[in-house]
Amino acid sequence: MSHSLFYLLSFITLFFALLVVFAKNPIHSALYMVMTFFAITCHYLILNAQFLAIVNFIVYMGAIMVLILFSIMFLNLNQATEPQKSSLLKFAGVISAGLLMLTLVGAIVKTGGGDVPFELIKPDIGLVKNLGKVLFNEFLLPFEIASVLLLSAMVGAVLLAKKDIN
Amino acid sequence: MGTVTQTIQAVPINHYILLASLLFTIGVMGVLVRRNAIVIFMSIELMLNAVNILLAAFSAYRGDASGQVFVFFIMAVAAAEVAVGLAIIVMIYRNTRSIDINILNKLKG
Repeated sequence: MSHSLFYLLSFITLFFALLVVFAKNPIHSALYMVMTFFAITCHYLILNAQFLAIVNFIVYMGAIMVLILFSIMFLNLNQATEPQKSSLLKFAGVISAGLLMLTLVGAIVKTGGGDVPFELIKPDIGLVKNLGKVLFNEFLLPFEIASVLLLSAMVGAVLLAKKDIN
Repeated sequence: MGTVTQTIQAVPINHYILLASLLFTIGVMGVLVRRNAIVIFMSIELMLNAVNILLAAFSAYRGDASGQVFVFFIMAVAAAEVAVGLAIIVMIYRNTRSIDINILNKLKG
């Protein structure tokens, strides 16, 4: 049952990701993006990575998408103001991406192996308790540096987006 | 929780790799096809998420929690990147009244 759930979620993820790329209106792109992130959150849940699922839900679907939607509405973007590439360039882009996909998929299929269903060896590594222990023992320094990074990003964003007073 | 999580069986790891590479390719296609700076931004987020799925799948496959910690750090960096990037886009819009990336070809040397 978990297997068919995986394929259903993969289909939803890829379908909405394609809609993000090909929707004409930026607002629609952003809303399809929310659906993609929701499917990815469910992917984390079926891997039993509960902490990641919650963080993905709060950070990506909550914070980042609200920020992007807010900027789209703030800049008053819609279908009419949407810049379009010439169809030749679009075609070239799709072909190049298709070639990249062909290379990746070909390499994966040709490598072989790993095509038997695997059981999670330690199903509880993704729980908040266990991940917290790893995060605050082995990865304490990167964690603190990440907080400095977020602070500097906040200051930088405010400084960049602020109107010049003089 | 205990008895339920004992029996979790995931799909073959190859299928996760395929899903991640397809999602990454869609992100690359978005960057190549669109000219709207914000949509290009969202495509970059798609690529980051493809990598996140792959890291989480391998972490579950190997039974090693480090992969999931890396995903957490990637999410922190992505949040910082989005905040700064959107500020830059707002500034560009204020100067040029457009977020068409073709206007930025003045950056050419």
